[in-house]
Amino acid sequence: MRVIRTIVKRELASYFTSPIAYVFLVIFLLMTGFFTFTAGNFFERGEASLAAFFGWHPWVYLVLVPAVGMRLWAEERRSGTLELLLTMPVATWQAIVAKFLASWIFLAVALALTFPAVLTVNVLGDPDNGVIVAGYLGSLFLAGAYLAIACMTSAMTRNQVVAFIVSVVLCLFLILAGFNPVTDLLVRWASPAVVDTVAAFSVVTHFDGFQRGVIDLRDLLFFLSVIGFALFATGVIIRGHRAG
Amino acid sequence: MIQIENLVKSFGAKRAVDGISFTVERGEVLGFLGPNGAGKSTTMRMITGFMPPSSGRVKVGGYDVAESPLEAKRLIGYLPENAAAYPDMTVQGFLNFAAELRGLEGGARKKAVNRVIELCFLHSVLRQSIETLSKGYKHRTCLAQALIHDPDVLIMDEPTDGLDPNQKHEVRNLIRELGRNKAIVFSTHILEEVDAACTRAIIIDRGRIVANGTPEELRGMSKLAGAVTLAARGATEEKLAPLGRVERLDGAFRIYPSDKSKAAELAQAVVDLVNHYGWKVEGMYSERGELDEVFRRITLPDTAAK
Repeated sequence: MRVIRTIVKRELASYFTSPIAYVFLVIFLLMTGFFTFTAGNFFERGEASLAAFFGWHPWVYLVLVPAVGMRLWAEERRSGTLELLLTMPVATWQAIVAKFLASWIFLAVALALTFPAVLTVNVLGDPDNGVIVAGYLGSLFLAGAYLAIACMTSAMTRNQVVAFIVSVVLCLFLILAGFNPVTDLLVRWASPAVVDTVAAFSVVTHFDGFQRGVIDLRDLLFFLSVIGFALFATGVIIRGHRAG
Repeated sequence: MIQIENLVKSFGAKRAVDGISFTVERGEVLGFLGPNGAGKSTTMRMITGFMPPSSGRVKVGGYDVAESPLEAKRLIGYLPENAAAYPDMTVQGFLNFAAELRGLEGGARKKAVNRVIELCFLHSVLRQSIETLSKGYKHRTCLAQALIHDPDVLIMDEPTDGLDPNQKHEVRNLIRELGRNKAIVFSTHILEEVDAACTRAIIIDRGRIVANGTPEELRGMSKLAGAVTLAARGATEEKLAPLGRVERLDGAFRIYPSDKSKAAELAQAVVDLVNHYGWKVEGMYSERGELDEVFRRITLPDTAAK
């Protein structure tokens, strides 16, 4: 635990001592604001909910979360500090979990800074705040799933740009598998069972429940297993590099 | 403290380290020599547990690095190649981080950090971020990190690389000092460092140990060892010839002993000859042998073949 805490602290500090954190926060808040109020027709909807806000999250995260995660391992490998870190009395899994947690906490901070949206909707109407809490929870897990994938691709290469692109593509798959235009296309030639199986792999399908205020154990399990799998793969990749 | 048995590391078809065995005890400073790409860094990475060996075994302080990596790593301080450190951290922050990872907290951490700051002369740069440091300071910061828990075993990959002559001198003194009660392994390709800091040296080439001994023993392997160089007015090759093989140098002669164990007798014999003929001596040295020459002779044929 002590080791994990120490690494988390260092990682978080490194976000905030560089401009990355601030640039990210500003862009994230601008984008969520734009999508919610302009593209999402927040005011024209005439309903007191944050559906317009959460609905865009899978797409906003698609670009922004890999940008946060791409440096996690690629940077350590490029600068040689990976050797330093892993020759400390630190188990590989501790380092992986700690680095993931640090970035996840950072994303949680970014998400928390969207609180004006909650205030706005509460001032203007009388929303079901339980639904909003569920939405935030789902959004956090969604970000965690993307982040774990970015973590995995970051471990594959010492080039951050490659890590970014590969993780965007992988995350895009996770969206598209359950994206309506794609499932409509699939329905034409595949059996419903196949379509459902493919859609079950999509973050959109599992994020839907949270947006409606339903915290389903299966959805939670889905996000947790994506995170678990991607972090496990990260461990395998890092061990693989060293085994030569 | 360090026991290495038959260590092998292959990358694909290439064997970077090919059956290396040696031991290092407390109080020893082992110099690890070899041309670039000989397998020095790879060996060190296996000792520190960064890379698992393809076969063979590394034990540090009795712990097998593959089986109980955390226990072994606790005993080791490691200075990686190029002195890697987090560029965005300050020197102080970095040392605190290293101390915390080593399990030092509160007062113990403060004491440990202050000790290495003192030891590595880092006072003036404490609040600077590592990316703004000169190479010498960056190196010392990383060295400080390796010393922070006062380890029993110290592994250093080219600790003097990129330092200026004064800094090199300081680091060598530090290594010698620390070597009194630690087991130290450091790699270098600067041969004078072996004389300056090591109690023993190993030369490796293409993944194999080609020489292992004290600097004196290695030097003894030189063709030059025991030869006498004489610059004297009146001396001629013919008159010196009975003593051994004579080589004519620029204004001097070098006499090689027929047998290296007779080096002392040779020097005496040359002096007798000088007295006998009444030559006027301008200079006379007994050669100790050159590490350079030994190094080149045992590693060159192989590297040239590549």
